[in-house]
Amino acid sequence: MSTEISYTDIDDVHDDHEDHDHKPTGFLNRWLFTTNHKDIGTLYLGFSLLMFLIGGAMAMVIRAELFMPGLQLVEPDFFNQMTTMHALVMVFGAVMPAWVGFANWLIPMMIGAPDMALPRMNNWSFWILPFAFTMLLSTLFMDSGGPAAGWTLYPPLVLQTGTSFAFVVFAVHMMGISSIMGSINIIATIFNMRAPGMTLLRMPMFVWTWLITAFLLIAVMPVLAGAVTMLLTDHFFGTNFFNAAGGGDPVMFQHIFWFFGHPEVYIMILPAFGVISEILPTFSRKPLFGYASMVYATATIAFLSFIVWAHHMFTVGMPLQGELFFMYATMLISVPTGVKVFNWVSTMWQGSMTFETPMLFAIGFVVLFTIGGLSGLMLAITAADFQYHDTYFVVAHFHYVLVPGAVFALMAATYYWLPKFSGNMYSEKWGKIHFWLSAIFVNVLFFPQHYLGLAGMPRRIPDYSPQFADFNMISSIGGFAFGATQLIFVGVVLHCVFRSKVKATAGVWESSRGLEWTLQSPPAYHSFTTPPEVTHNMLRHAE
Amino acid sequence: MSQHAEGSYYIPHGTKWPIVGSLGMITMLASAANWMNGSSTAQWTFWLGLAIIIFMMFGWFGTVIRESESGMYNAQVDGSFRLGMSWFIYSEVMFFAVFFGALFYARALVVPWLGGEGTGAITNEHLWQGYLSVWPTNGPANIGGEFETIPAFGIPFINTLILLTSGLTVTLAHHALKHENRGLLVMWLAATVVLGFTFVWFQIGEYHEAYTELGLTLGSGIYGATFFMLTGFHGMHVTLGAIMLTVIMFRSIKGHFKPRNHFAFEAVAWYWHFVDVVWLGLFIFVYAL
Repeated sequence: MSTEISYTDIDDVHDDHEDHDHKPTGFLNRWLFTTNHKDIGTLYLGFSLLMFLIGGAMAMVIRAELFMPGLQLVEPDFFNQMTTMHALVMVFGAVMPAWVGFANWLIPMMIGAPDMALPRMNNWSFWILPFAFTMLLSTLFMDSGGPAAGWTLYPPLVLQTGTSFAFVVFAVHMMGISSIMGSINIIATIFNMRAPGMTLLRMPMFVWTWLITAFLLIAVMPVLAGAVTMLLTDHFFGTNFFNAAGGGDPVMFQHIFWFFGHPEVYIMILPAFGVISEILPTFSRKPLFGYASMVYATATIAFLSFIVWAHHMFTVGMPLQGELFFMYATMLISVPTGVKVFNWVSTMWQGSMTFETPMLFAIGFVVLFTIGGLSGLMLAITAADFQYHDTYFVVAHFHYVLVPGAVFALMAATYYWLPKFSGNMYSEKWGKIHFWLSAIFVNVLFFPQHYLGLAGMPRRIPDYSPQFADFNMISSIGGFAFGATQLIFVGVVLHCVFRSKVKATAGVWESSRGLEWTLQSPPAYHSFTTPPEVTHNMLRHAE
Repeated sequence: MSQHAEGSYYIPHGTKWPIVGSLGMITMLASAANWMNGSSTAQWTFWLGLAIIIFMMFGWFGTVIRESESGMYNAQVDGSFRLGMSWFIYSEVMFFAVFFGALFYARALVVPWLGGEGTGAITNEHLWQGYLSVWPTNGPANIGGEFETIPAFGIPFINTLILLTSGLTVTLAHHALKHENRGLLVMWLAATVVLGFTFVWFQIGEYHEAYTELGLTLGSGIYGATFFMLTGFHGMHVTLGAIMLTVIMFRSIKGHFKPRNHFAFEAVAWYWHFVDVVWLGLFIFVYAL
């Protein structure tokens, strides 16, 4: 595929450049105008950490209000703004950009490329995001306040949003443009920039899961753009897409939204699957169990994600055949997901395991994500969902797959690759403290919400019946502790990058395999200037 | 902006155009939001934002064209561009799929349900008694008032022929380029551009007739919404495609492109075929059926 490229020419050309590492000089050149996959990856990761803290602060407001029954801290409308913005910020500002950040850093290194395929567009896909989120967060300061109809933006409620409405729609458009450009770049890089010998079925799982994630992103971000465009025209230009009096239907929005929304949840979790599939073999000192089945399972999950959307709206009044189809299709997803979980467990089975921080987070992921998967299976049962729908059970479910799921995988990835990125080791002691506090308090935070939901406490309501008081107080205490624990993470990252005296070796971990570990830590500004020879024993998963 | 490539892998070192584009984008969209909220001055900053974006496109594409013409791109860069354009068109397909999906959902499910079909739908008894499920419709509340639709076998059919012909002429231009016949290349491209803008002109005329004589507006219930959003977004894409074709035509006049190396030409041609195919879908599902 890329055999005709002479990488050595790059070195020749660069010899006349003043700087040995040929990093651009000056702050603006380095960060604002950059076309380098590592710098752009760093920008993405820094941005998502900032958004994680902002979105987390909103969650603290929510948990503080729910600490006791009754209205004490915030107005109900502001509470609703917090639930809406918390979700939008965490989904589009924290989790998705963090994965794109890791993709930027890792994919060129993992496939043996010097950089991403389309470096200028790479810059733009990042530099749209700060503007999009400035616009989104600015709505909190408008006279109408921010959006308060939930991140799902259901009409007709969302059409009552005041001044901020159009800003939210356009912010979503900008996030979509950013995601689509980022995904196009990732697909072009994976298809076009692999080193000789890096065949598709030799690619690391993180590359595979991102390839499929990028495909999902390009498929569904335009769908979200279309949905919010229809909201915009219904609000401002007199269309009747979601107005039954004009022959439209508010339920149609839910169908369109969830056609985007369900693949979207896999967009947030598939790269996490990839990361876990990288980390478990390293610390089990065994190849990944069932590499090929992992690839096929990922593709199957992606396919199924397109035909299960209406399980988010079982109670909306669909024909019985529709309810049954979406119930069975949803349950089918547990088959490829089960393949993955069993493969992970089999990877660890009889391995020489050690428990460094990335491994702890990865094992935490396998256990706690599976709990989220099982509650998802409960929600898939149409008849039972009529009881669970819009209760805290749903909140508990998707926070289990997203927090000890996607976020734990992000933490694991950070601890695993940050020594590679920065050239310094993080503090293992504080990493472990961060893990154990996170693992304990994430359960204190979210597990009681299962009981609240089963007992009938509705989501997105600032007040509740006194019978729910105890579990809410426990959940809030867990929330504050979990939130405070993440400040440790910020400290560990800053210490590792700027203060740590312990240098990382090229391999970092005793049993790490894969092309990125053949580079020095930190790697050169352009990852591979000569094409690496990819042999099967360099890769963890090769047969 | 120094590039490091000499017939090998190219690594652009820094670019200022993306941040210019982002500034243009937020200027335009924040102004659009203010404009919709009733601000009297926001429309001027809206046009300013659009101007910044156009400036960015001139600068960015200009850089890429200069690099391309000076032979800095190898086969691998060409491959990345091809993948990029293909997947961009895929995203566009999905964007149109949403609006087609809305049309199908409304026609196949919503309107029949409002008309009393289906076991669980009792809105016809309680809310909209006597509403008959028909298409086209502006809904049980007759929103937007009485309207007539545009017959398929008038202007829309002529426009179908125009777009299909333009698909042929752009292919003939491609053949001329491959056979190094510059004169024919420019001639067929010019024909494609003329056909493209003729399509847009007819479409504008059709909209004018819809608004002034047929009573068909964007507010004509679900029919007006799906009709104008589908044909409107398509019309915007045709306009954009025709502008892209114009750029390609002027570049051909200036002697750009080589028989074996002309990615930009092919990208525009792919885009043009894409808007062509979307139109066929529109003609069948919006106009004819």
